[in-house]
Amino acid sequence: MKEFKVTPIRNGTVIDHINVGMALKVLKIVGVKEDVSSTVSVLIHVPSKKAGWKDIVKIEDRELDPKELDRIALISPNATINIIRDYNVAEKFVVEVPNVIRGIMKCANPGCITNKDEPVEAEFVVESKKPITLRCVYCDRITTDIAENIQ
Amino acid sequence: MSAAFRGMDVVSIRDFSREQVEHVLKLAEKMVPIAKGEERSVLLEGHVLGSLFYEPSTRTRLSFDAAMTRLGGRVLGFDQPTGASVAKGETLADTIRMIDAYSDVIVLRHPQEGAARLAAHFANRPVINAGDGAGQHPTQTMLDLFTIRKEKKKIEGNNVVIVGDLKYGRTVHSLSEALAMFGANLTFVAPPSLQIPKEHLKQIESMGHKPKMSTSLAEVVKDADVLYVTRIQKERFPDPAEYQKVAGTYRIDLDLLKEVRKDLIIMHPLPRVGEIASEVDSTPHAKYFEQAFNGVPVRMAILGLVLGGLK
Ligand SMILES: Nc1ncnc2c1ncn2[C@@H]1O[C@H](COP(=O)(O)OP(=O)(O)O)[C@@H](O)[C@H]1O
Ligand SMILES: [Mg+2]
Ligand SMILES: [Zn+2]
Repeated sequence: MKEFKVTPIRNGTVIDHINVGMALKVLKIVGVKEDVSSTVSVLIHVPSKKAGWKDIVKIEDRELDPKELDRIALISPNATINIIRDYNVAEKFVVEVPNVIRGIMKCANPGCITNKDEPVEAEFVVESKKPITLRCVYCDRITTDIAENIQ
Repeated sequence: MSAAFRGMDVVSIRDFSREQVEHVLKLAEKMVPIAKGEERSVLLEGHVLGSLFYEPSTRTRLSFDAAMTRLGGRVLGFDQPTGASVAKGETLADTIRMIDAYSDVIVLRHPQEGAARLAAHFANRPVINAGDGAGQHPTQTMLDLFTIRKEKKKIEGNNVVIVGDLKYGRTVHSLSEALAMFGANLTFVAPPSLQIPKEHLKQIESMGHKPKMSTSLAEVVKDADVLYVTRIQKERFPDPAEYQKVAGTYRIDLDLLKEVRKDLIIMHPLPRVGEIASEVDSTPHAKYFEQAFNGVPVRMAILGLVLGGLK
């Protein structure tokens, strides 16, 4: 029998290997608020077999859409997504940093035109995936502080 | 080459290869007699330039006007955003859609960084960036390159000393990247708080160049072929006394020029506020007024190319 720090879920998603400290950002990304109907468990600062510490988020009765996965990849590129069906891990994959980022992050440059009331989504080119370095398509500004600017 | 230019947006100097910039400079050379009014041209007759200046500008706006008019075209637009719809809070996107319908090419100066890229996104007509906040100002870079090439015959191998506000000065960043692309040797002179940002330094070094950095103009000016002076803005200094000190240190006067190379040229994007003493104006080193004039032939070449009148 597996040992769980929280009650096992029948169906849902376990987001594992979240960069330590990022669990609350992940909750924001997947839109967990007071009014959710099913159980959400959050483990902050748990020892990781791979290296150091990690966070884990477990969401019952919910699978993630591609935009949510892109956002999670940006703040936690090593996160693993485990899709749980009938108490077992049915699917498991590592999130992937997309090549073009559109509409999921704002530009860190307050003077950037995309931060004004214009009908465009902020858009970034991925200059490097390790560490994640994004360049704004509009103002050219480099953003490395992803978690601060994710929407 | 011409096919690549027709309809092209001119947003950032980074969008241009060295060959493309050289092509612009070559054509600009041919435009000089027209720019001076010695020859007449109808190259862009019947074409309309939509000129949107959300920020004040003298040289850039007037030289675009002059360039378009000298080539037989016409200009419409505004030189301050008090025009009805803009003042009422119309988005830039909507204003661009409007001017796009009224003109053949759009020139935009805007306080927000990335504004020109946004305009290019919404316009079908080519958009020329005439400065977007602290961002890019590619036609300024091209006229600076044109000036150096004209005075020095080539850009490569020249020792270019850039002095002033290297941190916030928008002309400096694109110019230094372009100079590196052309193989000039760069020296950056500024007080530590206004030195060139790391990001730009990295970009320049990635082109295989190692710029020199200094705080002392007197030390490096002796070996300079080109001295490019920019304004140090008072607003950058919390303490006015500190500003006076720094501004004084980097002032160009006859005393500083005692031991410089005979053929040193001094450039400045203008307007100047005391960075260069007026006693320097009558020396053969002073090229900043020629530089300002050079904006006209360079902008003629760019307008001609993007409108397809020039090949
Ligand atoms: N039914 C379940 N309910 C809640 N969490 C589960 C369930 N099944 C697996 N997990 C969690 O999902 C993650 C991946 O599970 P598993 O593939 O078994 O382990 P690991 O990836 O550590 O080898 C682990 O954090 C595990 O605790
Ligand atoms: Mg366009
Ligand atoms: Zn931006």
